[in-house]
Amino acid sequence: MTGRGYAPVWCYWVVLPGLVVFWFLIAMALDSSLLPTPLAVGRTLYAEAANGELWLNLGATLARVAVAFVIAMGLGVTIGVVMGRSETTNALLDPLLLLMLNLPALVTIILMYVWFGLVESAAVLAVVINKVPNVAVTLREGARSLDPKLESMATAYRFSRWQRAREVWLPQLFPYLMAAMRGGLALIWKIVLVVELLGRSNGVGFKLNMAFQVFDVATILAYSLAFVAVVQVIELALLQPLERRASRWRRPELAHA
Amino acid sequence: MLELRIKGRDFERPVLGDIFTQIRRGDRICLLGPSGIGKTTLLNAIAGLDRRTPATAFRGRETLRLGYLFQEHRLLPWRTLGQNLAIVGAAGTEIDRLLESVGLTGYQHHFPDQLSLGMARRAALARCLAVEPDLLLLDEPFASLDPVRAGELRTLISELLDAHPHMGMLCVTHDASDATALANRLWYLDGHPAHLQWDAPVASDVETIVQSLRTSMPLL
Repeated sequence: MTGRGYAPVWCYWVVLPGLVVFWFLIAMALDSSLLPTPLAVGRTLYAEAANGELWLNLGATLARVAVAFVIAMGLGVTIGVVMGRSETTNALLDPLLLLMLNLPALVTIILMYVWFGLVESAAVLAVVINKVPNVAVTLREGARSLDPKLESMATAYRFSRWQRAREVWLPQLFPYLMAAMRGGLALIWKIVLVVELLGRSNGVGFKLNMAFQVFDVATILAYSLAFVAVVQVIELALLQPLERRASRWRRPELAHA
Repeated sequence: MLELRIKGRDFERPVLGDIFTQIRRGDRICLLGPSGIGKTTLLNAIAGLDRRTPATAFRGRETLRLGYLFQEHRLLPWRTLGQNLAIVGAAGTEIDRLLESVGLTGYQHHFPDQLSLGMARRAALARCLAVEPDLLLLDEPFASLDPVRAGELRTLISELLDAHPHMGMLCVTHDASDATALANRLWYLDGHPAHLQWDAPVASDVETIVQSLRTSMPLL
């Protein structure tokens, strides 16, 4: 229940710029086309952005990530909460969950493409199947840790189903939802790239595959960095403000004097 | 108002034995008994929170509105006091009035964890009143408060009961003096499984009753 303060802003600007400097120095020392300098990567990025390729492929990948993310979160949260609340459901589904967790992403992707063909729905389905077990496991832990005291309070005061979900469960599940969302975003976009590499004709993964054929490392790095930047923006602009807003009630500066 | 019929059988080690009694409108009952005997279990059974108390029958519980003051405040920590009252049905000026009645005017926008123990307990008491209860269930309302705060809360509860003469009270306590201050009826729960060993009115001969309780139960 104890709140934590926030780290100073400069903390976010130490490690990543340091990494870029380090990269620059290594690239200069090696002087090889297999490790282009940050400047060369920047030029490639600019060229790709100027001819529109970057936005097209980035957009295609982002659309797949978004669709897969929404479906996987919806299914995973539902399954996880039900498993966390019902021992019977948990006993029934647990072996399946373990199997799915340990199923390599590549296997699902190949199977989906083999069974459904090289189509969009197969690609998204493969990503969803990979992600749902992770979300479910996280949310199951959350549902198990729901405070039974607040639960009995909700019963005594005859909360409706909706009130119970919104007022009692959601705030307690929030940290688990955030963990699932963060992990989800990171995992999903990685899998989406593999899906695109294996069987789509656009997207960042497709572009990486093309560049790989000709050992074009600058393009590979340019596209990777572009996508990492997008994920960073989502984290900073969407997830962190959401988290701050939701944990307002445990901020230390509001504590009782 | 409420007919209480608890059958403690069909269970390996029931906490509660057979209990059959009635709670009438305006009854102010103090429930005494040794620690761990099942006083809270009895409150939970009345509130429908204890699934392990089998064959429990109540007549009148369906229509009975209960205000349950738990040992902890059990307010939603992510909601302000005002929101906590609104969730159980209080609206607008009623929230101000409720907070005022427990001496928390101006605390509408505070979160429960910003309050001291005694204040949080009074806020929880305001929530009990927000449902306009027929029966107040109080689980050790004076526990872990210093004597001054405990005395103030006791006065407050007594005043609230006087203001709502049709509201009943069932108050779990360890302190016989709470009974003399608040109750017009005394229950004593004891035994394995627990029975109501004593169900007596507290009338003018309060001292006599407490005295007889004292002699028969050395714990008091």
